[in-house]
Amino acid sequence: MLKNIAAVCLLAFAITPALAQGEKPEKVLKIISSLPRTGSANAQTTTMVNGIQLAIDEVNGKVGDYTIVYEDMDDASPQRGNWDPAVEAQNANKAARDESVIAYIGTFNSGASKISMPVLNKAGLLMISPAATYPGLTKPGKGEANEPKIYRPTGKINFFRVVPADDLQGFVAAEWAKDMGVKKVYILDDRELYGKGIANVFENHAKELGIEVLGREGIDPKASNFKSLATKIKAAAPDMVYFGGTTQNSAGQIAKDLHTANATPKFMVPDGCFEKAFIEAAGAENVNGSAYITFGGLPADKLTGRGAEFRANYKKKYNLKENEEPEGYAVYGYEACKVLLDAIPKAKTKDRAGILQAVSETKNYNGALGIWSFDENGDTTNTTMSGNTVENGEFKFVKALGK
Amino acid sequence: MIVSQAAVSESVAPVAMGWGDVLSQQLITGVSNGMIIAMIAIGYTMVYGIIELINFAHGDLCTLGSFLALTLVGALGMEAWAGMGGTAAVVTLLISSAVFCGALNWTIDRVAYRPLRGKPKLALLVSAIGCSFILVNIALFWGGLPMEVFGGGNQAAAPKDFPSLISNENLLGAKSAITVTWRDLFVVIVTVPLMIGLTWLVKSTRLGKAMRAVAQNPTAAALMGIDVNRVIGSTFLIGGALGGFASVIYALYNNTISFQMGYRTGMDAFTAAVLGGIGSLPGAVVGGIVIGLVRALSDGYIEARWTNSVVFGILILTLVFRPSGILGAKLREKV
Repeated sequence: MLKNIAAVCLLAFAITPALAQGEKPEKVLKIISSLPRTGSANAQTTTMVNGIQLAIDEVNGKVGDYTIVYEDMDDASPQRGNWDPAVEAQNANKAARDESVIAYIGTFNSGASKISMPVLNKAGLLMISPAATYPGLTKPGKGEANEPKIYRPTGKINFFRVVPADDLQGFVAAEWAKDMGVKKVYILDDRELYGKGIANVFENHAKELGIEVLGREGIDPKASNFKSLATKIKAAAPDMVYFGGTTQNSAGQIAKDLHTANATPKFMVPDGCFEKAFIEAAGAENVNGSAYITFGGLPADKLTGRGAEFRANYKKKYNLKENEEPEGYAVYGYEACKVLLDAIPKAKTKDRAGILQAVSETKNYNGALGIWSFDENGDTTNTTMSGNTVENGEFKFVKALGK
Repeated sequence: MIVSQAAVSESVAPVAMGWGDVLSQQLITGVSNGMIIAMIAIGYTMVYGIIELINFAHGDLCTLGSFLALTLVGALGMEAWAGMGGTAAVVTLLISSAVFCGALNWTIDRVAYRPLRGKPKLALLVSAIGCSFILVNIALFWGGLPMEVFGGGNQAAAPKDFPSLISNENLLGAKSAITVTWRDLFVVIVTVPLMIGLTWLVKSTRLGKAMRAVAQNPTAAALMGIDVNRVIGSTFLIGGALGGFASVIYALYNNTISFQMGYRTGMDAFTAAVLGGIGSLPGAVVGGIVIGLVRALSDGYIEARWTNSVVFGILILTLVFRPSGILGAKLREKV
């Protein structure tokens, strides 16, 4: 039995390079995206993939003499209904091995970036995330002590993001809560990298602003309901509950149970819940006028300049109705791909190293998200954020938030 | 619309809760959750009692029951059925899911388990795990049907909102600090009679007698002229039907269903069955309620993140001192 397995493995190794060579005609640059396409993040990631495709179609799939090939990979598994560490690792390894791949657009979840970053760093492959916002991925001193070094085994920076990180989002969320007159808050998180991280930032800044933190705990995201927790929160009587987490990790059920228990009028969540699936999972009646959602950018209909052009082109290409808008992250998918395509002509050599170098030198880029640069950590210098609420089962922009 | 929202937020101003109120509220939540777990646990324990199989597909069977319920809600427009119509809607859902799950469970036994009778127990167990995967994937596919209630089917794996067909009004009045809703009451109203009915069935009917006989010794039962396969089939039918009831209660109580819900509820229910003493019907009920209460108290007084550790810690302690569970019969050697 073991012998058979060994034989199959050997065979697989023997075939892989042959296939890779076979798939690599001249003058092709391949872009891969690795996003959770199975599961409730699907609506978000579909619009991100659409955004990427739109950016490629705008240049007719060609940059100079090079043909751009795009592959949309899924890092979720049906068993989890959510991103899966094993699948993300597979995607990263596959991309690293395929020499025609010059960029990896992803990931959606910060926890997934943690897995693929070291693999792609060793391969010297450029990675641009449209959505992973955990600060420790790029910023020294904002995460664990050994972050972000552990993600950069070669010491070089290969991970960039076009979305502002959570040290800003959690910060402005706390400011917004203060503006709304919140005095006492109860903080929950989903115990994932992203959710726990942003809840920490929120908690720290809330305390600095003099908001009393009545409680802080991690939930079990797969629990069937949170009624006991809602009772506990009701007894503590906060003005607001802040949940650091995503739709996939039961944000909707928490909103529902808090509402059912009459526990609190206000429920604030970060951008991991800025998707229609959140309202659908919670039931509109449980979030109308009571849910507050921060987002690391502006909703599509508030974008100006190139952003407004993007919105018009997107709506036309994907046949959206007059009252339909792309989901919040569509423009980030677009921007991640666009900044890459615009950097390729500047690259001295059209290979991984050359293109990585060209992207890292992006300064004062005039894109759909405004004029921005990549800083020394690979973060965007953009700090525009928005606060949204829910009205009649739809997201409604309240105001722009900024540092 | 805005006016009514303001009115709502006015009326939901939190009522101050004393520690006694909080404790009572947690106990109410615990019992309601526990009864749902118990209903599913019965399905595990019945099957184990009779063929010593841990039917891993049982939790996922319940998932399909609630998907059927949501489909019916959407297809028949049940959200609009007001007054007595609401009750009719709930009764329709309960009965159709029970029939569906009972029939499906019977079919699973007929197709996947019956051919393996008398073969090594491991084969049966693997077959059960396989069925579980198949059911999960059917649920995933089902969630992608292009129906309004499934969010247009764009997001097959997303959690689905289950409309509130049962009023969430506080029966103790809006001023009361403790909340007891129709939903809490509904759980008890449906589960208790079913459990009593089941006990009567097993204790006092011919079928019940046959079931007990098969559980004790299938060969001897067959020699006495009992059609063993028919009796086992009936056990699956009844266990599945109870799972069907439980799935509708779950959906109406939690108002969210997802293709993965069977895994967690199944795990809770299986734990309850083992805690109470697998093979024992009252044991499953006691185990379910104990787990519901422990979960509620741990969420309320320790921290939600420790709840699973507390539940399984108690399970391990119980099994160390009472290996056959709280109400389990003395272990008997089967030959």
